[in-house]
Amino acid sequence: MTALVIRALSSIIQPRTAFPAAASFSTASTRFSHVPEAPRDPILGVTEKFIADKNPLKINLGVGAYRDDDGRPFVLPSVREAERRVTGSHFMEYLPIGGLKDFNIESVKLAFGDHAEVIKHGQVAVVQSLSGTGSCRLMAEFQARFMPNSKIYIPVPTWSNHHNIWKDARVEQASYRYYLPQTRGLDMDGFLEDIKNAPRGSVFMLHACAHNPTGVDPSLDQWKVISKAMLEGGHFPFFDMAYQGFASGDCDADAAAIRIFLADGHRLGCSQSYAKNMGLYGQRVGAFSIVCDNPKEAVAVESQMKAIARPMYSNPPLHGALLVSKILQDKGLKSMWFTEVKGMADRIMLVRALLRQKLEGLGSQWQWNHVTDQIGMFAYTGMTPEMVDRLASEYSIYMTRNGRISMAGVNTKNVDALAVAMHAVTSGQKQ
Amino acid sequence: MKLQLNSSPRVCSTRNGISHNPSMRVPVLRSSPFEQVELQAPDPILGVSEAFKASKEPNKLNLGVGAYRTEELKPYVLDVVRKAEKKIFEAKENKEYLPIEGLDAFRKATVDLLLGPSHPAIKEARVAALQSLSGTGSLRVGAGFISRFLKGRTVYISNPTWGNHRNIFGDEGVKWEYYRYYDPETVGLDFKGMMEDISAAPDGSIILLHGCAHNPTGIDPNPEQWSQIADLCIKKKHIPFFDVAYQGFATGSLDADAAAPRLFVDKGLEVMVSQSYSKNLGLYGERVGAMVMIVGSKDVAERVLSQLKRIARAMYSNPPTYGARIAAEIVNDADMFGEWKTEMAGMAGRINRVRGELRAALESKYPGKDWSFVTSQIGMFSFTGLSPAQVDNMTKKWHIYMTKDGRISLAGLNSAKVGYLADAMVDSFKNS
Repeated sequence: MTALVIRALSSIIQPRTAFPAAASFSTASTRFSHVPEAPRDPILGVTEKFIADKNPLKINLGVGAYRDDDGRPFVLPSVREAERRVTGSHFMEYLPIGGLKDFNIESVKLAFGDHAEVIKHGQVAVVQSLSGTGSCRLMAEFQARFMPNSKIYIPVPTWSNHHNIWKDARVEQASYRYYLPQTRGLDMDGFLEDIKNAPRGSVFMLHACAHNPTGVDPSLDQWKVISKAMLEGGHFPFFDMAYQGFASGDCDADAAAIRIFLADGHRLGCSQSYAKNMGLYGQRVGAFSIVCDNPKEAVAVESQMKAIARPMYSNPPLHGALLVSKILQDKGLKSMWFTEVKGMADRIMLVRALLRQKLEGLGSQWQWNHVTDQIGMFAYTGMTPEMVDRLASEYSIYMTRNGRISMAGVNTKNVDALAVAMHAVTSGQKQ
Repeated sequence: MKLQLNSSPRVCSTRNGISHNPSMRVPVLRSSPFEQVELQAPDPILGVSEAFKASKEPNKLNLGVGAYRTEELKPYVLDVVRKAEKKIFEAKENKEYLPIEGLDAFRKATVDLLLGPSHPAIKEARVAALQSLSGTGSLRVGAGFISRFLKGRTVYISNPTWGNHRNIFGDEGVKWEYYRYYDPETVGLDFKGMMEDISAAPDGSIILLHGCAHNPTGIDPNPEQWSQIADLCIKKKHIPFFDVAYQGFATGSLDADAAAPRLFVDKGLEVMVSQSYSKNLGLYGERVGAMVMIVGSKDVAERVLSQLKRIARAMYSNPPTYGARIAAEIVNDADMFGEWKTEMAGMAGRINRVRGELRAALESKYPGKDWSFVTSQIGMFSFTGLSPAQVDNMTKKWHIYMTKDGRISLAGLNSAKVGYLADAMVDSFKNS
């Protein structure tokens, strides 16, 4: 607090030389002295620290961006080919507020299944959005407007930005139990109890697959039970699907939970991101959809989605959407892409197996089965913030303080060093 | 549709819903919580383009949305943009996330363009710049900042202004009020009314100003008037918020068009600025812009940027790469920048030419009326003074699509259609 006061004062007592000599000063003091420094984003802040570290052997296990076995960013060949076909061949006119139509159609098919009933019956309202974050924000705003007084139920733990999103949309947050530290698995009883106890008509945010940060997903049977419980509770399921294809390597399998819910007749919402599965991170490409009762309602809901988007960004970016629809609409490119996604998922499964093997080989007293049981980009190691800090300061290995590591940052060249470091900080420590 | 009821409470096999009565132990059947959601009317500006597209009339003319068109009335991707695109494609860069604040090269370029590369404020590091989603996205982040850190203050917007301004501030819960701007008597600026209203606003209000080429009127204050507005803002401790969407489109010179915000900064005011590259670089669909705040010190700039980032993080996490790379490539390369300046002058030049032709045509067809506003108004738009009923006539009888407030986009007009438009306008003024 004192530091803040000092900073605020110093900006007021700023020496005159700080301002241009020519100007006459109305503002010897700034109007913004009361603005505090925002807390560093926990995930993106890790990358900042990593970049600042001069150790050549440093390892970045922070943000969930896929890396190849040489630790390099990976642009999918199918994407490069789509890029080749698209670049220079399009005008750059504004997209409609709801985005590129073809993109929207293909995205919904990818999420719900090519022949989904709800698509056939025109029940789906969908808009192109700013990747996963943008989709979630549209959902949060939609909830604030059309389900006022409802709460958003968020799993413990979850991607930290979920909290920011619903907070900024002014929707009250509640939590449901999800991760059980004792088993490093799913707290199914707690989950079901919390569904039961939530006020009717709550919105439940569900990670469709490859839960972030734990990597713990319900089994298909568990999803079926969860679906029924949600029906009984009269709740609205909102699926955040940021890793379709990344969990098992199969896009259909990874969307199984959504399809179970659709089969049970849920009217659900869905956020899709192409950041990871198509490696289009910086292009900001995603889709936000809601399954409605009928086409008339879908049109109305879609119009309201657009009313939220227009004062936020007017219309979504073009380039990434062109790439995605090029890939999804072309049989050859789509098939190439499926293979590439499987390749990425396979490499992650391989390094999971290697890491576990090496930790066990080093004689670690900790259980490490969760490293291979968990699915997707992240492993929830169970390491404490203190251990994480030691990994950073002593070994130049960076991860978020909740002990989450991005397996995408692990490769055959660094897995030994990682295992040694993890063993060193956990050795003699209670799990 | 038939409803199937089943005695087991866990099985559900229908699509339509009935409400669940917990005491009855009947199956829970699903129905959407959004049954009562009303159909929202189409956006008034973007809706015009949609109506135009739907029309099958051969002589239809789209003077709705402000997207530049060539003399052939085709969309225009700048040559220098295609060049930059090719360069970027060949560089085969990766597609990683940008930092929340955006591409560094772009952020530098955009501030250089706004203030001039050697401006003291830049040297003193007191400029916070966040790459964002074009004008709209930047304004929205700015509105978010106002709602959090300038709580309870009102934003004053010109009457009229771009319609989306109201929604942007509204959706962030920021109060807005009008200040007088357009004088229908003179079809010019109501400067006296504007100054009165800005003066009457409570101290420390936020004043939204169009940097140049006012949308929708095309009426800009002159340099002396800008100076008086700035002095008034100093006196009232107001925070000027510049919407700079048409830098280059007013005079044809990127530098000259930044005169107003530069004047304010040079007078020592702290200023918020939203920039867009949709029109001047033709990057419309790629959503390239920036939210810039020029503040009192480096320390404040850092804190302010951290808060702009926090707002952006919960909206879209980080901005799109493609358009920013193109813009940065162009601005940071002397040759390409030169090419851009030439193409910009060309676009503005074409608009000025059709303005002149339209004025001449109107004067010859209806000499009794003062048509000078057609050439004294600046930028892409002209506020014709046509009433909603007259605008209706323009569309229904003449198949000319424009917004209900009487705004036409000169960017959508060419020499070949000048006569037709003039006929339509004269007819509408006289007969409806």
